[in-house]
Amino acid sequence: MATRVLPAFGSRRSVRLFERNFYAYRSQWLMFVSGFFEPLFYLLSIGIGLNHLVGDLPVGGRLVSYATFVAPGMLATSAMNGAVIDSVFNPFFRLKISHTYDAVLSTPLDVTDVALGEVWWALSRAALYAASFIVCMVLLGDATSWWVVLCWPGALLASLAFTCVGLAGCTYLRSWQDFDVVTLVQLPLFLFSGTFFPISLYPGWLGAIVSVSPLYQAAALLRGLATGQFDLLMLGRAAYLAALGLGGLWLAARRFRAILAP
Amino acid sequence: MLEARSLVKRFGAFEAVRGVDFEIARGESFGFLGPNGAGKTSTMRMVSAVSQPSAGSLSIFGLDPRAHGPEIRGRIGVVPQDDSLELELSVRLNIEMYGRYFDLPRRVLRERTDELLEFARLSERADSKVDDLSGGMKRRLTIARALVNRPELLILDEPTTGLDPQARHLLWERLYRLKREGVTLIITTHYMDEAEQLCDRLVVMDSGTIVAEGAPRELIGRHSSREVVELRFGTDAPEQMQDVLAPYAERVEVLPDRVLLYVADGDDALRAVHGSGLAPVSTLVRRSSLEDVFLRLTGRTLVD
Repeated sequence: MATRVLPAFGSRRSVRLFERNFYAYRSQWLMFVSGFFEPLFYLLSIGIGLNHLVGDLPVGGRLVSYATFVAPGMLATSAMNGAVIDSVFNPFFRLKISHTYDAVLSTPLDVTDVALGEVWWALSRAALYAASFIVCMVLLGDATSWWVVLCWPGALLASLAFTCVGLAGCTYLRSWQDFDVVTLVQLPLFLFSGTFFPISLYPGWLGAIVSVSPLYQAAALLRGLATGQFDLLMLGRAAYLAALGLGGLWLAARRFRAILAP
Repeated sequence: MLEARSLVKRFGAFEAVRGVDFEIARGESFGFLGPNGAGKTSTMRMVSAVSQPSAGSLSIFGLDPRAHGPEIRGRIGVVPQDDSLELELSVRLNIEMYGRYFDLPRRVLRERTDELLEFARLSERADSKVDDLSGGMKRRLTIARALVNRPELLILDEPTTGLDPQARHLLWERLYRLKREGVTLIITTHYMDEAEQLCDRLVVMDSGTIVAEGAPRELIGRHSSREVVELRFGTDAPEQMQDVLAPYAERVEVLPDRVLLYVADGDDALRAVHGSGLAPVSTLVRRSSLEDVFLRLTGRTLVD
């Protein structure tokens, strides 16, 4: 089966699943709007609130304000949280509760189209949220450089990684109870992945462990882009996120096939 | 239009379908009859080009589903056992969105959806949320949805399970109409009367194999007597009845709650039983059904 998945992955029919989600969410605009505000609230409370209490922090070779330090971390977190909604929570429901995908697979769409369609949807939402977040960063004065616009594709890359890994992960959940596990992964990632403070504060061995975290890699990448301080390590971070994305998508399609069209 | 040879479906070490052969002609109504776990649904999933056969050959519209899955599915309509409708969408949108999966243009869909709502007698409920529909309405909507691509072949998995008699009859009537219009139907069911009503020809499945094939009447004629006498004997264990009743019937079948006598003339046989001094608590004379065929072939009853 795996040999079938890779060469011809999905088709333009995957767009139909995007369309399906669009119809389904048309009536749920409140949820849509909340996605804009959640990261913005973080940005305001932590950025403005803590900015005056915490001094400047080093990014690359330069000192920046705490708000400037923390904003890219919030952007990366927003990519992660969005992905949990769009690629873990909702697909789990469609896969195991409402059996939406079963109905879809009786049409010309294939499991790879379903997986890809969910990715299009998640990335489209992420693109909107990331753009609005970056505008807010600029308006609040948290961006120190016009390179901040590169945070947009950077955030999309992070979303791709989280979405695809989440999509694969959701196939392993058995019931709503298992979502405690999701929270158990999500929360420590959020708190300890260098989003609020530099991981250089950790002892070396712990820092090494944290650096595996995709959220850390995403936050570090976005921080470099936002402040316009580039280094070669960022290419590695981008490659790491892309690899997670492709690997996750491949695994997701495999798992979808095993569950939906065994 | 459909041909299966030595079709096998394995899930790990478990063989759900163990080498079945069947052919379905265009315009035919073909039934798969059998108890839960007989391999009907696994067969349906292969026939609807959703899951791949583990072994054997399958040709649908003359095409191999391994290579032409999307093309085949584009010409099939599927009514799954659980409706799997979009609960968040309106009745109308359920059909329209489903049509989009087949790449149908919106303009065509608007028109077609009106026709299908009419067909499913749901025009008045077009803007209702699916959640608010009754079971029978949901099932009709699922059938309407499956017709959106004007399928040449409609596959229905247990179409009337869980419906009340009135809803069943309305559904059967709609399916007759489709049949008259030339749509080929494949129906799985564990209801005898449904199979007798709807199917031109059927196969009886048990434990992943086909144990009999033919038209309903033909199967009954081949595997059962014309009439059946059902006798109930209060609380007494009916086991010893086998020998006692043997002289009065071609065949005696002892079930936990009743004894069945397979006979040519039910009233004659019943008179003979009464004449012998036996006193059943209740009696029933009826025509043989597919249920009896199934019992004969597998030694088990169909509905558990």
